[in-house]
Amino acid sequence: MSTIELRKVTKRFGSFTAVKDVDLSVAAGEVVCLLGPSGCGKTTTLRVIAGLESVTDGEVVIAGKVMNNLPPEKRDIAMVFQFYALYPSASIGENIAFPLYHDGISRADRTARVNRVAAILHLEHVLDRLPNQISEGEKQRAAMARAIVRDPNCFLFDEPLSRLDVELRQSMRGQIKEVLQGLSKATVIVTHDQLEALTMADRIAIMKDGLIEQVGSPHEVFAKPANAFVASFIGTPQMNLLEADLKTFADGTAEMAVAGINLAIRTDAAVARLQPGKVTIGVRPRAFTATDTGDRGTISARAELIEPMGAETLIHARTAAGADIRVVVTRSQRVKVGEALNLRPDPRQTHVFDGAGKAVRS
Amino acid sequence: MAESILGKLGFGRASGVDKAGWGRTLAVAVVAFIYFLPVLFIIFTAFKPQGDALLVPPTLSPTSLFGLIPDHFVFKPTLENFGSVFSRSMTPDGAPEATGFDRYFFNSIFIASASVLLALVIGTLAAFGFSRYPLKGNDTYLFIILTTRMLPAIVVIIPVILMFRVVGLSGSYLGIIMLYTAFNLAFTIWMMKSFFDELSPDVEDAARIDGSSGMRVFFKICLPQVIAGLAATFVFGLILTWNEFLFALLLSGPDTRTVPVAMNQAVSSGGRGTDWTLLAAIETLFLVPVFLVTFFLQNHLLRGVTFGTVKR
Repeated sequence: MSTIELRKVTKRFGSFTAVKDVDLSVAAGEVVCLLGPSGCGKTTTLRVIAGLESVTDGEVVIAGKVMNNLPPEKRDIAMVFQFYALYPSASIGENIAFPLYHDGISRADRTARVNRVAAILHLEHVLDRLPNQISEGEKQRAAMARAIVRDPNCFLFDEPLSRLDVELRQSMRGQIKEVLQGLSKATVIVTHDQLEALTMADRIAIMKDGLIEQVGSPHEVFAKPANAFVASFIGTPQMNLLEADLKTFADGTAEMAVAGINLAIRTDAAVARLQPGKVTIGVRPRAFTATDTGDRGTISARAELIEPMGAETLIHARTAAGADIRVVVTRSQRVKVGEALNLRPDPRQTHVFDGAGKAVRS
Repeated sequence: MAESILGKLGFGRASGVDKAGWGRTLAVAVVAFIYFLPVLFIIFTAFKPQGDALLVPPTLSPTSLFGLIPDHFVFKPTLENFGSVFSRSMTPDGAPEATGFDRYFFNSIFIASASVLLALVIGTLAAFGFSRYPLKGNDTYLFIILTTRMLPAIVVIIPVILMFRVVGLSGSYLGIIMLYTAFNLAFTIWMMKSFFDELSPDVEDAARIDGSSGMRVFFKICLPQVIAGLAATFVFGLILTWNEFLFALLLSGPDTRTVPVAMNQAVSSGGRGTDWTLLAAIETLFLVPVFLVTFFLQNHLLRGVTFGTVKR
């Protein structure tokens, strides 16, 4: 079975802990993205799975076998590197064939396999060229071809699309997804680009400072972020996180002071468990409705900056107390700089995070 | 106006490789010619009749270039000197004898290439180790290795002679080859380490993941990437060893004598004063092997010496 399991994996470099108690399991055919800001330990986690770094603590289990002490060449995995890591002195064809030399595969079979993956990834015309004679997109596909030419336990991708331009990135995203769907292997993709993660992954593991903050489907991490960090990390434009002072909660409505304005906002029933005090409320920029008249359920703010984004318009608004709020409205809704706005948060998309930043949800 | 003419000649800003223009190219050619002049003079001298070597003013050209060069600057080229390198009469009126220079040339080629190749093999492996599996205090070790080249040869030579005499290595091929290998090692390790340092570690990681053992990574992935470095190190090492005189003079025997030593003896023996045309002929022949090696490796060499200075 092609699976990957990390059990309480910890990796320390000297006194620095890069990865801390990470538990993660990837089923056969599943694509898991490790997502996080730079330096969060996602690449280290990937290298630990690959065997390029040893674990300090915990177990790495691939295909049901504990692989802690096996070197990378014995783990039977395939990896695509950020900078492709094609062998500079070998032609693309030789590059793709390289992993096959160890499995005792006949020459004819080798050629056949190389040709097959070259056809899948449209590389037939560059097989005789050297890596420095082909384009970035072709290098990316060649690295991919080298990974899928064999039948490994699992696939690892380290920032596979970061070197491509926007257009190429979109088309490669689709291609990678398509290729992976046909292979039904456990796959881990490291990325710092949430769009990449949201589009390619079956599940996303969001990391910060060596810890996994949340693992869930793209839908889950977007709609039900486990904490304020995940909430702010996933989604563009970023979710608004507003400091608030919770006063009372009754009948599904929380009375709170947000940026000096007393509000009554409908929230999740679990908020009832919270003691009055400091909380953070999170509202996505698209979850506001601008109304003509203000009431106790709206936040009043003034439009400070307007950024048209095509189909939608991003408004940077500021409340009287100085809190910044990002609001996305449709293009048809004309707003002028300096205009007063009354913003009503959608109760189903209003997240409450407790004093420690953890989501309060029933 | 003046500017545009200068521009056409290439004295303006060059905009790319191969676009320097004729002006710049010509200027460089003049400088290069000045540098080459002494070598050219030696080569010409090798072809001069014996009496021409010390003429004042000297003869400068083997041809009159269709009357361009006045007759008294023109000499009549001859191959006689090259013949005397290998066979000449050692006494006035004596019959020509073999001089043994064929042997000395063989010695030079054999000793230099054996020691440089040996140093290359050992040094490259060591350099890879220093680059990929650094020891605690790696830089200290590298520095210590380099200190072996810091002393002038004349300081080291006496203990070396004594040691060689004790173990009976004096005058043997093995001794001189070992000595040259040791001297070339420091240089080889430093050169090759910097080449290995430049390689992308990702590529090696990829090879391991693709199933290669450490040995295979080294031979199939790393070595092919540093061919330029091997070529450059080989040529520099070869030139140093090829021209080495002091150790060869004191440590080689009659059978293992190298050309620089033999050259010294050929011109200073016989008490007839220095035979400059003979010397020039030996020097010209002596140039040929290094010249050929460098010529055939020059493409690698250029990549080698500019390695890391240009964005790859």
